[in-house]
Amino acid sequence: MSDTAVVTPVIELKNVSKTFGEVQSIKDIDFHINAGEIVGLLGDNGAGKSTLIKTIMGFHTPDPGGEIYFKGELLKDWNVHKARDIGIETVYQERALCDQQSIWRNMFMGRERRGKLGLLDVAGMRKEAARLMSEHMGFTSNAVHPENTVMTMSGGEKQGVAIARALYFHAEVVILDEPTMGLSLSETKKTLNFIRSIKEAGKSAIFIDHNIFHVYPVVDRIIILDRGSIAASLVKDEIPIENLMEGLQHLARTGSWSA
Amino acid sequence: MAIDETYLAQEPSGDSRADAEEVKADRSKPPSVWRRFGLQIGIGAVGALIWLLFLISAPVVFLKPSIYLAFASTTPLFLIIALALTFVIITGEIDLSFPAVMALSMVSFTWVFQNGGFLGMAFLAAIVTGALAGAFNGYLVGKMGIPAVVITIGTSFLFRGLELAAMSGSGFPLTDPAMDPLKQVLVGRWFFGIPMQFIWVVIFAILLWALLNRTRFGSHVFLIGDNATSAKLMGVNVMWTKVGVFMLVGAMAAFAGMVASFEVSYFWPTLGEGTLLNTIAAVFVGGTSPFGGAGSIFGTLIGGLIIGALNAGIVSAGINAFWTQAVFGFVIVVSLIMQVVIQKRVRN
Repeated sequence: MSDTAVVTPVIELKNVSKTFGEVQSIKDIDFHINAGEIVGLLGDNGAGKSTLIKTIMGFHTPDPGGEIYFKGELLKDWNVHKARDIGIETVYQERALCDQQSIWRNMFMGRERRGKLGLLDVAGMRKEAARLMSEHMGFTSNAVHPENTVMTMSGGEKQGVAIARALYFHAEVVILDEPTMGLSLSETKKTLNFIRSIKEAGKSAIFIDHNIFHVYPVVDRIIILDRGSIAASLVKDEIPIENLMEGLQHLARTGSWSA
Repeated sequence: MAIDETYLAQEPSGDSRADAEEVKADRSKPPSVWRRFGLQIGIGAVGALIWLLFLISAPVVFLKPSIYLAFASTTPLFLIIALALTFVIITGEIDLSFPAVMALSMVSFTWVFQNGGFLGMAFLAAIVTGALAGAFNGYLVGKMGIPAVVITIGTSFLFRGLELAAMSGSGFPLTDPAMDPLKQVLVGRWFFGIPMQFIWVVIFAILLWALLNRTRFGSHVFLIGDNATSAKLMGVNVMWTKVGVFMLVGAMAAFAGMVASFEVSYFWPTLGEGTLLNTIAAVFVGGTSPFGGAGSIFGTLIGGLIIGALNAGIVSAGINAFWTQAVFGFVIVVSLIMQVVIQKRVRN
């Protein structure tokens, strides 16, 4: 543990809060994630999980006083475009797809490839999308032509598009917001294997899920959010899953953590 | 790992069964021509059918070029704007203020010209005025989040009011010989008397097709109209794209305003009145989705030609002029119904 202390975290949040009108959705969050680390984010509905990751992504601006660092550098005028540029990709709970549009348009949404004269490289994007789908997705036996619309896909295939998209841009950090929601058994297993492969590639991931049986096997650390604050920060190897479950139940009943 | 496997096995997977039934088409191939361009083919067929009906009912009129030349001189007045309005409607918005923008930008033209500006400067002043008026609309819609259908009624009165006040309600003759070069470029007659404004329609159709289908801006127009939240989550700048589409309509309205004024050599303070419904009808008849996220420049081009043909053709075909509006409405309603039916077919 002594050498991880001097390593600069890939992402670090200091004192980050986010208030919507009267409601403080997250308050005074201190959080970090190191390279090659997978952090599980657990918490009840409304605990602030989605707000936290949307703040990291630059979709929400944190309240004044909160600071976000990427590899030790303070981020200013943060927005989604910049977040994706430096290598943070998110697989959103709501998939963030446009149903009527073709698969290739969805894959390159917000980061369209351009060729000569700044015009879109449509042929290149189609080809890349087709390659990604056959190489990485593996959710379907048949290859799916990239000109088809997302509307024609099943829930698992849509998730595949969202994951392949995060993968394509060689993200340093992949954030997955409830990626197993609505997936079948085999699709869930594939998704969990994908999260393991992120770690093997030396990249980091933040994994949000309701189901601790999905989270526990793949993560290194577990952060528990409760009503907008971090209730507990645990190293997985130091807590057996039974204690974790008891702790979560206790937290739900009493509002305080004790494992 | 053992825990993982056991609990996964208990996970119900009801969701995926329903999904599997939804997926029918063979998606290893690109979607068929019918699936992709069914709507455009349908619109083209309606256009051809209407033309055939006119041809049969009044062959004497419709076999001579003069009716087509008349048609080619009047249709561009609204078709040029309709091409740009397609962008706004694909983003799921609407602009009702462009008739007033046509007139307001002509005020800038006459001011700059009267105060000794070059013709080119006067032209630019009009385009910039149109683009700024559009940017104002776009800011109110994109940044302030005011529904476009409401706020552009407001700005429509505002722009028209400013124009009437600036011109004190009177017009301005465009007969100065110094204006001739611009007049030639905008509304001159080309080979066989083809009106220049029709050439401009073709040029703009090609340019705007490229803008919509081959640029990031165009991509974002589709994505925002389809699902603005998704687009935003993936880093698309929704606000600037909306400002962009409204600016485009403003600039094109300014261009069309000059075309319409030079065509009659006079800037009427009521310029633009009567173009609103024709323009919007052209876009919707052309198959652009009123729900946003889908539409095409080709469709609008054909839609505009259909609307223009009806205007020019109904009377020429010997139909009682009192029936004009009814025929007009009939064609629009039928094409919209046809679109919904085709879209449902395509989706299943």
